Amino acid sequence: MTGIKKLVKNQIFIPIAALLLLALFNLLADPEFFLIELGYNSAGNPVLKGYLVTILDYGSELAILAMGMTLVTAASGGQDISVGATIAIAGSVILRVLCGTDPRPETMQAPIIVAFLVAVVVSMLCGAFNGTLVAYFKIPPMVATLILFTAGRSIAAWINNNALPIVNDPSFGYFGNFIPGIPVPTPFFIAVVCMIIMALILKFTTLGLYTQSVGINESSARLNGLNPQFIKFLSFVILGVCVAVAGLIKVSRISTINYSVVAKDIEMDAILAVALGGNALSGGKFNMTASILGAYVIQFLTTTLYKFQVKSDALPAYKAIVVIILVVSSAPVVREWMSNLWKKITIKKQVKEVG
Amino acid sequence: MKKRLIAAFLVAAMAIGLVACTPAGQGGDGLIKVGIINNDPNESGYRTANDKDLKATFTKENGYDASFAYSLKNDEQIEHAQKFIQDGVDYLLLSAADTAGWDGVLKEAKEAGVKVILFDRTIDASSDLYVASIVSDMAKEGQTAVDWLKSQNLATANIIHLQGVMGSAAQQGRTGALDAEVKANANWNLVEQQTAEWSAEKAQQIVEAVIASGKDFNVIYAENDDMAKGAVAALDKNGIEHGVGKKVIVMGFDCNKWALEELLAGRWNYDGQCNPFQSSYIHDIIQKLEKGETISEKTIIMEEKGFDASTITEDDVNKYGI
Repeated sequence: MTGIKKLVKNQIFIPIAALLLLALFNLLADPEFFLIELGYNSAGNPVLKGYLVTILDYGSELAILAMGMTLVTAASGGQDISVGATIAIAGSVILRVLCGTDPRPETMQAPIIVAFLVAVVVSMLCGAFNGTLVAYFKIPPMVATLILFTAGRSIAAWINNNALPIVNDPSFGYFGNFIPGIPVPTPFFIAVVCMIIMALILKFTTLGLYTQSVGINESSARLNGLNPQFIKFLSFVILGVCVAVAGLIKVSRISTINYSVVAKDIEMDAILAVALGGNALSGGKFNMTASILGAYVIQFLTTTLYKFQVKSDALPAYKAIVVIILVVSSAPVVREWMSNLWKKITIKKQVKEVG
Repeated sequence: MKKRLIAAFLVAAMAIGLVACTPAGQGGDGLIKVGIINNDPNESGYRTANDKDLKATFTKENGYDASFAYSLKNDEQIEHAQKFIQDGVDYLLLSAADTAGWDGVLKEAKEAGVKVILFDRTIDASSDLYVASIVSDMAKEGQTAVDWLKSQNLATANIIHLQGVMGSAAQQGRTGALDAEVKANANWNLVEQQTAEWSAEKAQQIVEAVIASGKDFNVIYAENDDMAKGAVAALDKNGIEHGVGKKVIVMGFDCNKWALEELLAGRWNYDGQCNPFQSSYIHDIIQKLEKGETISEKTIIMEEKGFDASTITEDDVNKYGI
C-alpha cells in the first residue's frame, strides 16, 4: 500500500500516467499506431517511419523548450509567452546570416555554426530583455513577455527586410530532418544533447538548488546570501538558448521561414509540458525529467488527434481540457478532498479486514 | 515603487511604439491626397507584394501625397480611417481586416466628401458608401484550380485537402469549388480535409499522419504555397514521388516566386494566382474621377491566372512571382 502511495506522490507519476493512458487508448483503437517501418526518403537515405517516430521528431523541439520553460517557471513563478515569437527572431537571424543580403543565394554565405551562434546570442539578448523586466523591474512574467510576444514576429520580418529567404544547400536541412545514413530524426539527437548538458549543469552546479530556493521563498533566499534577481535573469537567458536551438530545428525543417505562422502557439505547448510534468506553475520545486516527458506526452496527444482526423483548429480545445484537469487536480482544495477520500477508502478497507 | 513606475512607463512606451501611426501629410501643392489603410505587410508574401506595389504607384512623381497606416485589427483600422478623414484626404483606400463594422466611419467619410475605394477585400456595407471595389474572386480562383485538376483526366483523384484559416475569404472560396466537385464526381475522394492554418509545419504534420495511416492518395490540394511546401517536405521524407508525371500531383496558391520555380523544375504541378497588384486599377479609377468621368463598374474583379508546370516559362516566374 505504501508503495503505491509513494508512486502516486512522485511527481513523474503524472506524465507517465498520461502517457500510459494515451498509449492504451491508441492500442485499443488501432494497434498499428505503434508500427515503425524502415523506409527510404526521396534522397534515397534510410529513414524510420511511423507515428512514434513523428512523436519523437516533433516532441523533441518541445522538450528543448520545456527545459528552459521549467527553469523560468521555477525561478520566477511565471511563464514566458514570447518563445514562439523569439523562435521567429532566432530563425530569421539564422537565415539572415546564411543568406546574406540576397534572399535566394546559390551557396550559403556563412557556415551554419556561425549562423547558429549569432542566433543564440540574439536569442539570449531577447531572454535578457525579458529577464531584466521580470527580475529587476518586478513586472509579472506574463506581462513582461507580452511585449516580445506582440512585437517579435514583426522584428523577425524586419531582420530579413520582409523577404522570405530560402536556403538551397541540402546540408542545412539535416537539423530538422535526417542526416543521410541515420534513420532516426535529427531533432531527437539535438534534444538528447541538450538534455545531457542540462543534466550536467544541474548535477555539477548549484543552479537547480538556487532556482528552487528563489522560487520557493525569494526573501529567505536573499537572506541566505543568494541573488534572486540574478537567478531569475539567468533563467530567462537559459531559455533564450533553448529557443535558439528550437529555432534552428524549425527553420531547418523546410529551409525557409514564414514569420507570422512559424512556431505559432508553441508557448502554450511548452507551458503545458511544464504543467503536465507536475511542476507548480507558481514556481518553486521542479523536476526536469518530468517536464521533458510532459513535452513528449503533448506531442503524443497532438499526433493522436491528427491520426483521428480531429480538425487541427480544434486541437487547442482538447489541450485546454488537459490543462483544466491538471490545474484543478493540483489545486489545494481538490488535493485535500482527494486525500480525505483516499483515507476514507483505506480506513474502510482496514475495517473490513478487521471485521 | 519608483522602479515599478519606470517599468510601467517602459511597457506603455513600447506598446505605443508598436502601433504604427503615420500622420497624413499636408497637401495643397496640387497633389492628390490619399490615405491608405492596409493589413500588416509582414502578414504574408502576398501582403508584402501588395504593399510594395501600392508604395510604388502612389508616389509624388505620379501626383499623389500618400499616407499609409497598417493594422490587422479592425478597430485600429477604423481609428486610422477617422484620422485620415480629419486630415482631409481626398481618397481613402481600404483593405479591411474584417468585413463588419465599417458603416459608421464610411458615412463620416461620405459627409466629409472623401471618396472611398476598397481593394483586396470587400466589406459588409451599403455599396453607395464607396466608389469602387477592386477584389480577387476567391471562388473563381478555386474553380480555375479545380477545372485544371479535372483536365488532368485522372481515373481516380484521392485528395489531401489542406485548408487555410477557417472562415477566411481565401479558404472559403478555394474550398467551395473543390467540395462541389468532390460531391459531383464519384471518382474524386477526399482522403483528408483538414486546416493547416496557412502553416507549412502543420501541413507537414498532417500529411505525415496520412502517410503513416497507409491511406492512398495522389493529389495534394493546398490552399496556399506554404502549406504545399510543408506537404512536399512530408512526401520527400517518405520517399513519395511528386510533380509532373509522378505519383502525386501538388497544387498550391498565391504564386510566390519560389513556388513558381518549383513548378518550373517540375516538382509541383499547379499554382493559382492571387493577384496582389491592385494599384494600377486604383490609379486608373482615381484619374478617371479626377477628370470628372464616372465609373461604369463598381466592383472590379482582377484577372487571375493558374499556372501549369508543363507550360510555365521563366518569364512567367519573373513577371507573376511575388
